[in-house]
Amino acid sequence: MERTEIESKLTDLLVDELGIEREDIRADAKFEEDLDVDSLGVVELLMALEDNFGVKIPDEEAEQISTVGEAIDLVEKKLNG
Amino acid sequence: MSRVALVTGGSRGIGRAIALRLASDGHVVAINYAANRAAADDVVETITANGGTAMAVQADVGDTDAVGAMFEDVEERLGRVEILVNNAGITRDDLLLRMGPDAWDQVIETNLRSVYLCSRAAMRGMLRARWGRIISVSSISGISGNPGQANYAASKAGIIGFSKSIAREIGSRNITVNVVAPGFIETDMTEELGTEVAEEVARRVAVGRLGRPEEIAAAVGYLASDDAAYVTGQTLVVDGGLAL
Repeated sequence: MERTEIESKLTDLLVDELGIEREDIRADAKFEEDLDVDSLGVVELLMALEDNFGVKIPDEEAEQISTVGEAIDLVEKKLNG
Repeated sequence: MSRVALVTGGSRGIGRAIALRLASDGHVVAINYAANRAAADDVVETITANGGTAMAVQADVGDTDAVGAMFEDVEERLGRVEILVNNAGITRDDLLLRMGPDAWDQVIETNLRSVYLCSRAAMRGMLRARWGRIISVSSISGISGNPGQANYAASKAGIIGFSKSIAREIGSRNITVNVVAPGFIETDMTEELGTEVAEEVARRVAVGRLGRPEEIAAAVGYLASDDAAYVTGQTLVVDGGLAL
């Protein structure tokens, strides 16, 4: 899967599931500080990523994620090895 | 609305009554048991004979891997668990001076660690559903204390603090977390105390008698319902007015 495809799916999830404004979503945006997603929201987002991309994100790796770009990197790594 | 419920320690006593109640409220029920397969099967048969759906699932609920396997099994056969009733509990009563570490550890593991393990395992499904009920069975011992039950009372008080914390964590997702604290209820567990103790207790209860398992199940049924959507982090004491 292409990185741009992951990026657009993740953007859709953030907009649809967490009600974030599309224009606020940038690769360096921090979930908690910039997008006002609480820590439980980040957990839910990672669960949605698992469901949508069919990947498994272990808790240790999930804890490292703080920006949109890092979430895309992780999914890309899981999908493309 | 019919949902999938899992009742730990659901084969006997209060757990059995809770399983039967949730089934009669229209829910599909998984009955967890530790060792008494025949008793669990009997609950399943009672539910199916009345037109309900149920399954029995064996697991030591204090064991991490066993809890994981139990949830996998239940979710595969019945679907996502949206009502979790943490009911499994044991006693190893003794005066503190005679209470060895094993008696302490076993009670904490079965009564409290199980609540952590099962609630954690159920939470993913509840978050996905954006709806959930976690109801744990504590005891009046955990509120008032009881000589000879330092381990049991500690585990039951622990459930209350745990539930209040989780209620705050996930309340915004329509998941409520509550506790029911029974007083003296007629079960195998209280039968061990003997009739003399039972009579003495009955004299101290405002209602003048021991409680029935169905009376605890009714409180659980309420907390599991949509009617209780605005009740969370609470401990509902159902003791006939013993500890007032």
